[in-house]
Amino acid sequence: MDMPSSETQLISSPSEDDLPLPCLYIDRLSLYYNSQLALQDVTLSIPKGSITALIGPSGCGKTSFLSCLNRLTDLIPNCKICGQVRLEDLDILHPKTDTVALRRRVGTIFQKPNPFPLSIWKNIAFPLREHGVKDRQRIDEIVEQVLVDVGLWDEVKDRLKSPALRLSGGQKQRLCIARTLALQPEILLMDEPCSALDPITTHIVEDLIVSLRGKYTILIVTHNLAQARRIADYVALFWVKDGSGRLIEAGSVKQIFENPQQPITGAYISGSRG
Amino acid sequence: MSRQNIPPSQNNPSGVPRSPATTKSDLIARSQKIAYADILLSLLVWAVAISVTAVFVWISVDIVWHGAGHLSWEFLTKEPEEAGRQGGIASILVSTGLLLSVCLGVAVPLGLGTAILLAEFTVLNNWFGRLVRRSLDMLASVPSIVFGLFGNAFFCVTLGLGFSILSGGLTLACMVLPLLIRSVEEGLRSVPHEYRLGAASLGLSRSTTLVNLLLPAAFPSLAAGLILGIGRAIAETAALMYTSGYVERMPESLLDSGRTLSLHIYSLSMNVSGGDSSAYASVVVLMILLLVTNGAAIWIGEHWLHSRIQN
Amino acid sequence: MTSSAKKTSFPQNVDRLLVWSLRGIAVIVGTIVLFIIGFLILESLPVFRKVGVLPFLRDTSWNPMQGVYSLTPMLISTLLVVAGAVLLAAPIGILSALFCHYYAPKPVANLYRRLLEIMSGIPGVVYGFWGLVVLVPLINRLHPPGTSLLTGILLLALLITPTIALIADASLAGVPQEYLQGAVALSLSRWGTIREIVLPAARSGLFTSIILGTGRAIGETIIVLMVCGNIVQIPSSVFEPIRTLPANIALEMDFALGDHRSALFVSGLLLMGVNLVLVLLAEAIAQEEIYHN
Repeated sequence: MDMPSSETQLISSPSEDDLPLPCLYIDRLSLYYNSQLALQDVTLSIPKGSITALIGPSGCGKTSFLSCLNRLTDLIPNCKICGQVRLEDLDILHPKTDTVALRRRVGTIFQKPNPFPLSIWKNIAFPLREHGVKDRQRIDEIVEQVLVDVGLWDEVKDRLKSPALRLSGGQKQRLCIARTLALQPEILLMDEPCSALDPITTHIVEDLIVSLRGKYTILIVTHNLAQARRIADYVALFWVKDGSGRLIEAGSVKQIFENPQQPITGAYISGSRG
Repeated sequence: MSRQNIPPSQNNPSGVPRSPATTKSDLIARSQKIAYADILLSLLVWAVAISVTAVFVWISVDIVWHGAGHLSWEFLTKEPEEAGRQGGIASILVSTGLLLSVCLGVAVPLGLGTAILLAEFTVLNNWFGRLVRRSLDMLASVPSIVFGLFGNAFFCVTLGLGFSILSGGLTLACMVLPLLIRSVEEGLRSVPHEYRLGAASLGLSRSTTLVNLLLPAAFPSLAAGLILGIGRAIAETAALMYTSGYVERMPESLLDSGRTLSLHIYSLSMNVSGGDSSAYASVVVLMILLLVTNGAAIWIGEHWLHSRIQN
Repeated sequence: MTSSAKKTSFPQNVDRLLVWSLRGIAVIVGTIVLFIIGFLILESLPVFRKVGVLPFLRDTSWNPMQGVYSLTPMLISTLLVVAGAVLLAAPIGILSALFCHYYAPKPVANLYRRLLEIMSGIPGVVYGFWGLVVLVPLINRLHPPGTSLLTGILLLALLITPTIALIADASLAGVPQEYLQGAVALSLSRWGTIREIVLPAARSGLFTSIILGTGRAIGETIIVLMVCGNIVQIPSSVFEPIRTLPANIALEMDFALGDHRSALFVSGLLLMGVNLVLVLLAEAIAQEEIYHN
């Protein structure tokens, strides 16, 4: 069934309270891997300070979509992007855009926690130094601040110089979030951040994500509909149609889960498809 | 089992060979045959292993027996006298060391750079990468005497360096490059890709990622490759004969000619009558050096791998 | 904060500088082999211009000072000594690998592997020296002179056996466990299993090991120089002395001038050619194995 591809917006129902201004605009974004269309004509606006869950079955381009938003696609050979992505006044996809500054403003958390093979302290200090923070005292302050923010400080304050690879899975993921927060991003992209973690740790990380609402704009890819319901403000459903990933529907959590407009959405939510 | 043509008979009118007969005695005969073959092969294999070991022991004992006696602190610190029959190998050791330094001083930066490019900055099927790899494969298969010819023609004659440690070192660098590059490239490729993604997502430049993250993580392979290269260089004789020359004096500069340990052994045994005992002792020194470098490479490989796994 | 037209940042510029420097380095490294071939050809030209190519094949013997340039006896001697060494080393190497995998208890196998690793690091000059001092007199007692084709074959075989054995060992390790389990289930004999299942499965690795060993034998100069007697002839028995192409270069480079020196470079070219053929053969076999598997 056809849907107007360029009309899908996030804000639909007039009964919503005044919504925050969008800060991330995606307009007719298409992605090609090796000349094969992987993602087609995605148009979406992300409100500032919100948590948006990207849901949908595997393989429909959610991760690829995230990669476009901070130009991590540059690392993938034979990858072509069309369309426009704007972070307030910054044209993300423009070839002359400074990707280093971009990726400071748009941070990524990966599915599998990937701290560097360095000490806990260095994991955070190293990117800070590279981005211009040279003062040792300032670095120490920031390290403590972000570790407190992610709830790791009490657990690791006595062993900041020990290898980060010795932490547990949940601690590693929280460390990855901490080092991203240290750069003071505006947007956080999270690709299934809890899927590699056990339920208890998942709970801890989810609480952390919720606590970041408002200060940061968060996009989180998740397979877990319950999780989306729990923590997200807005939901965007992706699906594979005609061989490429599409955005089917986007709206507030309430609207998507209780009053989906598209049949596919309804089917996926209820579990009868996907 | 070979199939034999059975002549047609009453029981088998068409003469088509049947599958092996099924009588009990035939089965026993067959399994005995198999048993014989197995035993024979076992004996053969053990005989081979024992013979090889025996030859190795023979050679080692012979060398140590004749060489250890002549070894002494003086041997290592005095210069050769009487064409090497007397005295020691001090100048030889210095020449060998200088040669190694030139070789590594040139090969390590070039090798590191090429390996980094191949591992990090070229897509696997990129035409440039393929050409470079091809060229390295060919380089690796060039016989050592041909390196000697090239070194002589290019470094000694065309560049005017003459018979010198510099010429020899540069020639050795060409020989050692493919080895070094292969080790470093493998080391870099084995660093998990997540580190690169994580670094990129934090806005770190590729240079920073390389220097602070990837190269340290690939360090064991770098070290192992380096040490293998050293081993290869120390053992080389033919390529040096006409590039670094034969002079046994203590070299005064890199443009001086110098003799390495392997060349010294060659010269003593072929050109110097009565030089055998010095040669034996030199062989012992050479073997000790090689054993140490090979052992170090193995130790690094196992030790670092171990600590990586623990993390 | 930023607009799309901002200049590229410092880190990005450093990156770009890095990539171009690395490319420059790779170009230098990549052209070394071209330089080698180039110089070989360049230095060979004088004598080619003077006498052409045919004398190198057709002349009666090798005596460049008299204008006689046949490389044929030395080429044949080289091929003979290498073939002999490989014929000896290949079975020994492969049997050694089989020993490590299927016949020896684990600690013994590991010890043997260590031994092979040490042996593979022994340089040619050590084998040559020992050969000169020990083997040559022994063979001399058997049939004078001691410096002969046979001595060369024996020592070269010693040199390349560990190489063949270690690579064969690695490729045997690659035979899937399922094959062996299947063989046990069918109660095949050990010899049967090895002959019918293991060897065919490891075939390409075994070929590679032999080819690598051959390459190493062809390039080995010092051993042959020290123990083969260095007489230019086509030997009529294994006890006769021979001179190989690499040894010839090493011997005469000292005093060769002009056309003589040029002729030596021609023999160097020939050596490279033989090696190249070997490398291509190895690749062809590897390709075909991949294709069939």
